[in-house]
Amino acid sequence: MPSDITAKEAPRGGDLVRRHRLSTRLWHWINAGVLLILLASGLMIFNAHPRLYWGEYGANADPAWLQIGSMDDQGYLRVGTSEIETTGFLGQWRDETGRVRTRAFPSWATLPSGYNLALARRWHLTFAWVFALGIVIYLGWSIVNGHLRRDLLPKKTELKPGHIWADIKHHAMLKFPRGAAALNYNIMQKAAYLGVIVVLIPGMVLTGLTMSPSMDAIWPWLLDLFGGRQSARSLHFIGAALLVVFFIVHMVMVLLAGPFNELRSMITGWFRLPKEKSR
Amino acid sequence: MTRLITRRRLITGAAVAAPAILVGCDSLGASQSFRDIVLSSGEWLSYKVHRMIGGDALAREYDPSAMSPFFRTNGNTMPRSSEYAQHLTEGFANWSLQVGGLVTAPRGYTLAELKAKPSRSQITRHDCVEGWSAIGKWTGVPLGTLLDEVQLAPEAKYLVFRCADDFRGTAYYESIDLVDAFHPQTILAYGMNDGDLPTGHGAPIRLRVERQLGYKHAKFVMAIEAVASLSGIGNGRGGYWEDVGYYDWYAGI
Repeated sequence: MPSDITAKEAPRGGDLVRRHRLSTRLWHWINAGVLLILLASGLMIFNAHPRLYWGEYGANADPAWLQIGSMDDQGYLRVGTSEIETTGFLGQWRDETGRVRTRAFPSWATLPSGYNLALARRWHLTFAWVFALGIVIYLGWSIVNGHLRRDLLPKKTELKPGHIWADIKHHAMLKFPRGAAALNYNIMQKAAYLGVIVVLIPGMVLTGLTMSPSMDAIWPWLLDLFGGRQSARSLHFIGAALLVVFFIVHMVMVLLAGPFNELRSMITGWFRLPKEKSR
Repeated sequence: MTRLITRRRLITGAAVAAPAILVGCDSLGASQSFRDIVLSSGEWLSYKVHRMIGGDALAREYDPSAMSPFFRTNGNTMPRSSEYAQHLTEGFANWSLQVGGLVTAPRGYTLAELKAKPSRSQITRHDCVEGWSAIGKWTGVPLGTLLDEVQLAPEAKYLVFRCADDFRGTAYYESIDLVDAFHPQTILAYGMNDGDLPTGHGAPIRLRVERQLGYKHAKFVMAIEAVASLSGIGNGRGGYWEDVGYYDWYAGI
């Protein structure tokens, strides 16, 4: 039956649709670069004191819950009471010239590559401003333009255990939505993006601020929120690790979903809906 | 149709791009002008914003039960000068703190004179730039008390602290602005954890400037100088580590 009620037909598999608005694309690519700089400079800052504590204080004489170090000719990572040998990439490794170094993270992973706490702090605390202003502006704008509510917040039906379980199974079988169903994020995507945008990234900014003695005076609630400066430092490290995990999963999903289409949509905004499977 | 972007190409591209960006950043960071223009902007921004929203906000003061069981030292723990050794053996009886520069009434203070003034005790957290923290109790005379006595000249903008210890022959020095100088928690501490300030922590006095990182807390302070600009101090960046190590002058973050 021909339909002339809607002037515009619902998009189908194979159609090009507008996927990402300019604010999303801009923020995405700025973050891609800024996060790389923050991670690498952050690893160098960690190298200055490769021990993590819980609570307000923590120094060499206090018990560390995580430590990267070297003993004799071995590098190690110690978490709680368990220890694994990490010679070659953590605690003890060879630099470009073949010299053995005993810093926590190796030179290929840090910014700057050679040990320099002052310069790493300059990189980190300059680009942290871009990162922090970025999330504030993006989150604010996403609330104003409806992106958060419309595209990211789960609908009631999506929160039913059956729906979530079905989505987990689809992911496990690498079955991705096609046609018009691919217009919206699925519940796992929403959870991942919301978790990063609403929890992880703001959490990184706030735990970062809690390490500032001046900010602790200005906003003392930061210390109460995270349970002290050294706890905030630990959470900042864990948050960075979670962002790395998110990045790896993100890359795998882009590769599985079709890198050309995904990259195009994040650069130009245009996304081609995957064709429905014909039976 | 051949795709411009295949999975293999994307993986290769990303695997090449990420290290390439870091290598690029590494060489950018070696450029003095890039450091001065781009990599100093964060420090400048943090300083301005903290001063704008911070005012005289107080650093948290802790309960005695929250104190570190052991408070480590760092930096120099024993000045090498014979003059300091002499003061140490005399129990700092002939030592005096010189306060001068752009002040109306420059003068010296003996340790006994400093201890006779109204004191302030505070249990605060010491945050090292390296990342560790320790909580200890500090007792001393508010810096503002001395500044009111010597009366700063209107053109004075910073205070420079001259210390008895040295790194490779250069005596340690640090500087703070007048907001921190007159901050109620900024004290010249002669006591720590209810005893005399130990040598390793900067005897006879060390600066406590509680809203900044440890390297601003000059130890073994011998003289305080009020200046209009930091350009004539050392290499002009306001402190020993600022000059030799490119550390931020504003260490509030």
